[in-house]
Amino acid sequence: MVKCFLIHTVCPVSALTVGESRVLFSRVFGPAVGLQGGDVSPEENRLLQKEKMLAVARQVRSAVVLSREASGRVLVETVPGEEVVALQEADCGVLRLRAGDPFPRETSALWLGVQGLGFTMVCEPHENLLLAEGTLRSLTRDCLENLHLLGPGSEVLLKSDRVDVLLSRLLPHGQLLFLNHRFAQSLEKETAAYMAK
Amino acid sequence: MYSHSSESLIKQAREIQESELQRFYSRLVKLLQGKEFGHETIDSLQRLHLILSATKYTRTLPSELQKKLLSLLLSSSVEQLQVLSSAVLRETLPPSGQELNYNQDTSSPLNSHAAALLLSQTGSRSDLSSLCAQLLRSLDSRSSEGPAHSFTHTLPILNTVLTHSPECLTEDHVTLLNKKLVDWLRYASTQQGGRVSSGGFFTAPRSRQPGPIAELDGTVSGDFFTVLCVGQGFTDDQWMNVYSFSMLRHWLLTYHSVSNGNATADTANRLQLSLSLSHSHSHSNDDRMSEVDGSMVSMVSATSSSSRLLPPKERLREKAFQYCQRLIEQSDRKAHKRTDTDLQKACLVEAMCILDCVCVEDVSLVYRVFPCVKALYGRLSSDLSFARVLLPIAQFYLNHGEMAAVDCECVWKLVFSRFPAELFNDPFLAHELLRFLRLNLGSLQLRVPQYTQSFPNLLKFLAWDSPAAVDDFVDLLPSLVTAGTAIELLHTLLDLPCLSATLVLQLRSTYFPISEPGGRGLLSLEVFRSPTYRGLFLFLLRGEAGSGDTIDRLSTLHELLAEATDWPRVIQCAQTVPVLLHIYLNTVVTVADEKLLAQLILVLLERSSLLLKIPRYIKEIHRVFSCHLLRVCKLHPSLVVDQSHELLEFAGTTANVYSKEEMFTNVVWVLGEYLSVSCDSRCSVELITSCFEALEAVLFEVTSSAPPPGGAHPAPRVITSLMSALAKLASRSHDLIPRVSLFLSKLRTATRGKSVPWCSNEEDLVAIVTRGEELWSLLKAPSVAQSVLTPPPHVTTPQWHRDTNVAMPLRLRALTSLTHSH
Repeated sequence: MVKCFLIHTVCPVSALTVGESRVLFSRVFGPAVGLQGGDVSPEENRLLQKEKMLAVARQVRSAVVLSREASGRVLVETVPGEEVVALQEADCGVLRLRAGDPFPRETSALWLGVQGLGFTMVCEPHENLLLAEGTLRSLTRDCLENLHLLGPGSEVLLKSDRVDVLLSRLLPHGQLLFLNHRFAQSLEKETAAYMAK
Repeated sequence: MYSHSSESLIKQAREIQESELQRFYSRLVKLLQGKEFGHETIDSLQRLHLILSATKYTRTLPSELQKKLLSLLLSSSVEQLQVLSSAVLRETLPPSGQELNYNQDTSSPLNSHAAALLLSQTGSRSDLSSLCAQLLRSLDSRSSEGPAHSFTHTLPILNTVLTHSPECLTEDHVTLLNKKLVDWLRYASTQQGGRVSSGGFFTAPRSRQPGPIAELDGTVSGDFFTVLCVGQGFTDDQWMNVYSFSMLRHWLLTYHSVSNGNATADTANRLQLSLSLSHSHSHSNDDRMSEVDGSMVSMVSATSSSSRLLPPKERLREKAFQYCQRLIEQSDRKAHKRTDTDLQKACLVEAMCILDCVCVEDVSLVYRVFPCVKALYGRLSSDLSFARVLLPIAQFYLNHGEMAAVDCECVWKLVFSRFPAELFNDPFLAHELLRFLRLNLGSLQLRVPQYTQSFPNLLKFLAWDSPAAVDDFVDLLPSLVTAGTAIELLHTLLDLPCLSATLVLQLRSTYFPISEPGGRGLLSLEVFRSPTYRGLFLFLLRGEAGSGDTIDRLSTLHELLAEATDWPRVIQCAQTVPVLLHIYLNTVVTVADEKLLAQLILVLLERSSLLLKIPRYIKEIHRVFSCHLLRVCKLHPSLVVDQSHELLEFAGTTANVYSKEEMFTNVVWVLGEYLSVSCDSRCSVELITSCFEALEAVLFEVTSSAPPPGGAHPAPRVITSLMSALAKLASRSHDLIPRVSLFLSKLRTATRGKSVPWCSNEEDLVAIVTRGEELWSLLKAPSVAQSVLTPPPHVTTPQWHRDTNVAMPLRLRALTSLTHSH
């Protein structure tokens, strides 16, 4: 199961300190409230959730920066219309998040760095990472196209329901799906119908 | 990408005034009261979502708005409104005091977005249980109307519930779901579903019949439907087939590994049944060998007749096995699309994991599963692009290989020799392989002797991508430290940045096989390719330990790689070495005997001047060395006398005061502290005298001239530790006391009122002189001096509870505090 999906910045943001990341979209799957009991109020829970997302985004950001530094590749700016190229040029990797940092159990964070943005998917460690990688790529491609992320707009903030719909098709309730190209096409038709509205 | 406008939007959303917000809420309520919902409503809802999600502090919605959104979520038929209201409600708190009660509408099943809200805000296990019950009821009696996905979200929701609290499902639920899963996995329709696109205006009614499903390479399917089958459209149960397989592994892991109450009778029955099954299978297995690949005759389902006798749990296991077998078969076909080829790999990984899980539960299945796994291994082992599939196969071999008496040598060779050597730069493989090692550390150490010998290969993952791999190595390194390979491992760790540079060169050499004439050619690349130095690099790139601790021409290697000291990858690697050294040195003291520790000290002293010249690297390594040198000598004081020759050589070299200050200080300290008869009976007066003379010479040199050009003044601690060491040695051999006293009084006179070239700070100078005076006055009483400067153990580590005088009060106090209740 996927624990959460994030879209966040991996480029420097002037309003933030060095190393911080702005989370543009986050979706956590499953119960937000810890079912272990304890007297954490719902507000505190939500706060905790947001902080955890920030923690993940920060760690992924530093992983992306270090990976780009080490590979020494020059970032090529792509324009809207070149989503496929942008995806091919993207850096990708996987990070181990230890138990407690920030989730109670150990998790793996798969990430794709497309220029200034990072797309992160946090999975349980025993999850099928090959499948997760493929799902992350499809999701990223769909987000890039439907939210026009390669352009200067702010649709990721104002049209976040599109990401929710994509997630509900490709990653329903955090479930990774084994979709061959026919199933994927069928889902794409549905989402295209939604996006056209 | 991320623009200024986005940043300002977020700022606006966070800083919206309360009054403006309330006005916005009331406007939205009015909009939602209408029948039709236009662009303005949608926009407003999107803005509301942004306002709520932009801040980490929760905002509460007015209850009227919240109720309206809730009813929209549950009853609207427009998906966009469902999505938006679900998203908005998830960002706010559930209405206080009210339980989320969705159970009233059993007629209209819960839509996926409402279920998402319910899942995220559910407060208790009972809520989850009732949700599960409702979902399963709807599954059982599902209508065939409505879009195919109106109930497909049921399985993902159940899977989420399983992840968080498996006990929400009752026995009956589990049995029901076992049966349903069997139906969907094994008996889904084999005809294409959906509306087949009509060929044109003149098509005959006959051609509108949907045809059978096909495989990924276009041939018609000859067996049951799986995720690797395609068609123009899909029926409901084919969709459920996909969803079922997607959650199968988790289901099996959660419910089937919990052992039943009545163990023995059950197991006996199961064993009998599966043995009889395997007998009936064995004949078909032999027939199978002669079948032509790709034939349409089903190989898997022909043998399943007797499985109907099994209870639901076991039946599901059997069907899971068959499904996986079929997937393995299907993955051999050449898919037309790239994404399908990737899916085939993912399916192979999943199938292997499920087979492993199933065999762990029911050990008798191993004999049926192994031939299949072996064949798959044979098919894939020579193709490195399937490396990530071979890891679950290796896990299977590790878990069940012994039981099936199968030789696993070739598998380990692949995992420990080929993968790290050739695929070190694949981040996902590195992650998965290191994870595999971490999880199976116990079994690997027992069953795979080459594990501890393969550290030169495994460290390639770390050398290439240190930030990603260091976390795993922090856990793995202790297991790689063995007495036999400890010294080689130390050398390898110290030369990790060199390995990093070598790997970069190796890759560049492969990508640019011909040197670019006059281009941005690297000197080190030339060197890498030249036959003279080939041996050096080959040693670094070796796959196994045992061919020697290190190379003779290390300094040559470091010079050749001087260009690489500012490559980011090498620098990142160098930053992780000190941490790993700490771990190594902490572990090695637990496995090494004194002889090995003696060797270790020598290596530390030797390598302190033989390191790749990366600016902060050398300093950090020296810090680690000095700390651990001290610890090792404290644990085994007799080592100091044992290695006195080398230690003295180190301490007697004045240059070390300036270039290796920390290490020098600690070496001097251990010499002063432990070069005595009480630590080792081999210590002689001559030894003490020669040590004294060497240290005296250094101290004299350091305090009589300025530091060499470019060097910093030595820290006061160096001088004082030299003085203390001399004093300690003198206190053990009283003939030396006059010499020390003379020196100390000379020092006092020389520094009185004047500045000295070897110390720039006046406070430091005062501290040094004060210390000198203390030592001088202490040495005036030689017998006292020894016990003050080197107190015996019962003074430094008092165990008061053993002292007859002090013990009683302590005991009484302890008893009192225990017996007094507060």
